[in-house]
Amino acid sequence: MSEPLKFHFVVDGKNFTSAGQASVNVKKNLRQLGINPETIRRVSIAMYEGEINMVIHAGGGEADVLVFEDHIKMILADKGPGIANIEMAMKEGFSTAPDNIRSLGFGAGMGLPNMKRYADSMDIESELGKGTTITMTVKL
Amino acid sequence: MKISNIKELLAATVLCGEDKLESEIHSACGSDMMSDVLAYVKDQAVLLTGLVNAQVIRTAEMMDMICIVFVRSKMPTPDMIELAKESGIVLLSTDKRMFETCGILYTSGLAGNGDLHE
Repeated sequence: MSEPLKFHFVVDGKNFTSAGQASVNVKKNLRQLGINPETIRRVSIAMYEGEINMVIHAGGGEADVLVFEDHIKMILADKGPGIANIEMAMKEGFSTAPDNIRSLGFGAGMGLPNMKRYADSMDIESELGKGTTITMTVKL
Repeated sequence: MKISNIKELLAATVLCGEDKLESEIHSACGSDMMSDVLAYVKDQAVLLTGLVNAQVIRTAEMMDMICIVFVRSKMPTPDMIELAKESGIVLLSTDKRMFETCGILYTSGLAGNGDLHE
């Protein structure tokens, strides 16, 4: 099997305005690769939600996107506070985001459920005080 | 319906994307919560919102939306307009409120695609 195409991004946790730049970049790159639009949309929404989460909750992090022949893998890793209760965090409407984030249009408790909905598989590894790594795959 | 029809129906100002006013659209979504737009929207070409920040443009781009209408006379910042130009998204602004804006467009034939989840 040939080597996957790799994209690496550093997500700036201090700048809400620039959040989402990595996802925009991934979307452009996937378009150039000729991947079908519906798949691109699923990948970019899942990644965008993840990016926003990293900025809201974890002070930023790093994102890696690997394009294989038959699937795309996204690895979003942060060194934030970790997720105290993953089961609760996966429920639609449950949010620990502060009120000021809601006034920016986010923090409705839809991020993680939405990522799961758009990805074919999602795995969350989180340790309190250490950080969170989310791995998602979307089949091509 | 064309974007130019929306402009007329809402007496809206075009902030960018003048060259795309003849693009055809069939449905719209009105929300100030981008979380909900990302969760519930499917194939809606127009976003109606009163929220003003850069993530409105990025959300529309992620959802492949081609037009954003800012309601309640909200005006995007120059940075947001620049971002929309880069993404090929038409920006309109109207002094009408959200409820009235949605009502006018709905009764004029724009659909809402009501299903929450596939």
